[in-house]
Amino acid sequence: MKQYILRRVGYSLLSLFLLSLTIFLFVRVTGDPVALLTEPGASQEDIEAMHRQFGLDQPLWVQYWHFIASFITGDFGQSFYYRTPVLDLYFQRLPNSLILAAVAMALSLVIGIPSGILAAVRVDGFWDSAGKLFALLGLSLPQFWVGLVLILVFSVSLGWLPSSGSGSFLHILMPAFTLGWYFAAAHMRLTRSSMLEVMGSEYVKLARLKGLPEALVIGKHALKNALIPVITLAGINLVVMINVAVIVETVFAWPGIGRLLYEGVTFRDFPVVQAVVVIGGSMIILVNLLIDILYALIDPRIRLES
Amino acid sequence: MAGQTLLSLEHLSAHYVSQQGTRVVRAVDDVTISLGAGETLGIVGESGSGKTTLALTMMRLLPPAARIVAGRMMFEGEDLLKKSDEEMRKVRGKRIAMLLQDPMASLNPLFSIGNQVAEPIRVHEGAAPRTAWQRAIQLLKSVRIASPDTRVSQFPHEMSGGMRQRIVGAIGISCEPRLLIADEPTTSLDLTIQAQYLNLLRDLQREHGLALIFITHNLGIVAKMCDQLAVMYAGRVVEQGPVSRIFNAPTHPYTKALLGSIPRMTDGGERLTAIDGQPPDLSNLPAGCAFAPRCPAVTTRCRVEAPPEFVTEPGRSARCWLAEPMALRSSAA
Amino acid sequence: MTVITPPEAAIVTVASAPRPAAFWRLKGFPLIPILILVFIALVAIFADVLAPYDPTIGSLARRFRPPFWQEGGSTAYLLGTDHVGRDVLSRLIYGARVSMVVGITAVLVAGGIGTLLGILSGYLGGWADQVVMRLTDTWLALPALTFAIFLAAIVGPSELNIILILGLVYWTRYARVIRGEVLSLKQREFVRLAIVAGCSSRTIMWRHILPNVINSAVVLATLMLGVVIVTEASLSFLGVGVPPPKPAWGLMMADGKKGLLVGYWWLTVFPGVCIMLMVLSANLLGDWLRVKLDPQLRQL
Repeated sequence: MKQYILRRVGYSLLSLFLLSLTIFLFVRVTGDPVALLTEPGASQEDIEAMHRQFGLDQPLWVQYWHFIASFITGDFGQSFYYRTPVLDLYFQRLPNSLILAAVAMALSLVIGIPSGILAAVRVDGFWDSAGKLFALLGLSLPQFWVGLVLILVFSVSLGWLPSSGSGSFLHILMPAFTLGWYFAAAHMRLTRSSMLEVMGSEYVKLARLKGLPEALVIGKHALKNALIPVITLAGINLVVMINVAVIVETVFAWPGIGRLLYEGVTFRDFPVVQAVVVIGGSMIILVNLLIDILYALIDPRIRLES
Repeated sequence: MAGQTLLSLEHLSAHYVSQQGTRVVRAVDDVTISLGAGETLGIVGESGSGKTTLALTMMRLLPPAARIVAGRMMFEGEDLLKKSDEEMRKVRGKRIAMLLQDPMASLNPLFSIGNQVAEPIRVHEGAAPRTAWQRAIQLLKSVRIASPDTRVSQFPHEMSGGMRQRIVGAIGISCEPRLLIADEPTTSLDLTIQAQYLNLLRDLQREHGLALIFITHNLGIVAKMCDQLAVMYAGRVVEQGPVSRIFNAPTHPYTKALLGSIPRMTDGGERLTAIDGQPPDLSNLPAGCAFAPRCPAVTTRCRVEAPPEFVTEPGRSARCWLAEPMALRSSAA
Repeated sequence: MTVITPPEAAIVTVASAPRPAAFWRLKGFPLIPILILVFIALVAIFADVLAPYDPTIGSLARRFRPPFWQEGGSTAYLLGTDHVGRDVLSRLIYGARVSMVVGITAVLVAGGIGTLLGILSGYLGGWADQVVMRLTDTWLALPALTFAIFLAAIVGPSELNIILILGLVYWTRYARVIRGEVLSLKQREFVRLAIVAGCSSRTIMWRHILPNVINSAVVLATLMLGVVIVTEASLSFLGVGVPPPKPAWGLMMADGKKGLLVGYWWLTVFPGVCIMLMVLSANLLGDWLRVKLDPQLRQL
């Protein structure tokens, strides 16, 4: 098993390398790094100072080295707009995104898993069709669309919920639902197909042959096995949620990472954009690694394999 | 037949119906079999002959696409087909138990051995968890698993194939059923282990007064273990009776071919008899006898009219026109 | 679990399976989604003829007119006007063109790159395969929208740039699937024969492999269409999509949001309905195609 973990870590390091390389190359080669990385309205001397600082006259791999080095030391530059180090900004906003993601994830599991189970147990029944519709809409409708419709109904027409900002439980309901719907659909689909697969397995057949009540067959034998892939996906999705919340946070003016990204783009604050993308991508790669390792530690089958 | 009749299937038929209702697969067709207490029956046939479907029919655990369309299943004097789902559930595992073919796949990888063996005891007899756990250890001992106290807390993937097979057997006998159905019990085992396992089953049978049904395509097992034999082809029983009588003088050409295709040391290097042709498509059976296209002794009548079962001696019958001249007055009704 | 029917009700055999009926009468054929997509395409093509006004020109005197059935509206501006007085209906019609053009082109670009790299990596194996695989893994880790926003921030928005960006973001999904197909194709008889017969790699890839993966590529393209359109609309909504004054439905919704709280609902609802119809239709079509044409892709 140690081999497995080492190999997985190696892969992740490679992925991180490729990620940083991609971002670096896109900025330096496709874009105009000077324009991006200097404030609008900088003087000629500032521009020249930038040139030197980023070593734009030096070979690419030297530049890349500086690039990586600064990130590892936590220097993501300074935000033009806020005039504070980007990393500080990032960690200021991160808790808000975490809260939103946590609530959205809870919603997606509470809705997704039971409906997936129901859909599998009553295949082609009413719940299965209802579930399929719910999933189709959740996976198709753009988040900004859902958000705006919710605002239209609950804020404008009914006046029940606030349309923006944060601070109370009421504020989090609509954004969490909007963010969570897509994932509820994904979790529902996976639960359903996983349950169907498990319900066709030999050990479920044997459980029935043993004369166990159906509730026990489904609730004990089928469920535990079926939920393994779902929980795995949910773990990864939590981190993904944090990073894809840009639309939801923009629509509802929720002060998280996503909104930070939006501000970065709108105000041409490139260091912010770059930081969000680098940190976001790295986060996802790392969480994938963590989950794989966790799996190897927990699953009794893999543990004893080597 | 020794003892009273434990199980009596009478003209049992189970069909699979396609969603639009247009294709019907006659998986089990007009099957009449009986078995006495403590006896061993072997059900033999090729893949697709309906043997496993028959077993699942007996347990009333067919997939939703299948229906039992005719017949009676008498078990200890009751018609199982007349029972409600809940009543049937109480029969399964407690009075009739079944062992599936692949022991690795039959055991849930996430639960301990003890948990899975004790489960039917807790459900059917309402035993407390600790009592059931102790019973489980006893059961593991009776199926000859070494160090049962440690094994009972372990997981399926930590066992060898032979051990898993025996664990599945332990699950089967856990509630002292009267009938145990074993579906291809030795197919996944090494040859050396097969004999051990079969001996174990025979010992268990004697200790517990079990009736056994072996579903197999291996005539060697039938010869060794079974008193009675039923040969299935295309969902129908084509010959049945005492094993020794049938082995000595088979009536049905299919049975003859099966027996002739076993390589024997005494053959003197003769070529094996293979059976020409392919097994039939059960959704598109020809009119007449299902074996007719492959039968070396086929007549015109065979192609046109399907033969009923003819009783040729008490306790022995064959579904073949060749048996007609030998038939006793009363047919196997 | 088993249903017991008395012998009289036992079903009698009917000889053969039903003949495949006309294509459009196959069960579940998504007639309505296809009609919707065709309709949108036609609107996009004939926008110049259909739209009553120039979508980019407005007059401040005529701003915020409601749809014609509401008080204050008129049949001159059927669906109302926006915050700078432009006709909503015309903008919707030209927006269809933007969505269609960007969506289809981006899917083609992504499909082209992805299929090419998928074939190369699957067939050639070795380091080419490793490089492509690692790259796709990494790029797939980054959420598509985030990646697209990042690229848009670098190169600046324009219609062409958006198409290229979407192509860059989504080719990885193609490459993965196509590579899998190629791997299994490599084992098939006719490919092995070609290798033994001494055909060059290039010939094999072009004449034997490519025609066989086109099927999956098409199914994937239809599935991707919905996703790409949503991303494009999202980019427009955030202001980094197709730049104004060109009308894009996402952009219209972003503009409309400002007016939502004061009751100018039509600026949000109508483009929203259009997006919804287009995406749902594309997804339903893609789902149906996936199930019908390629059992392998059912895993997706």
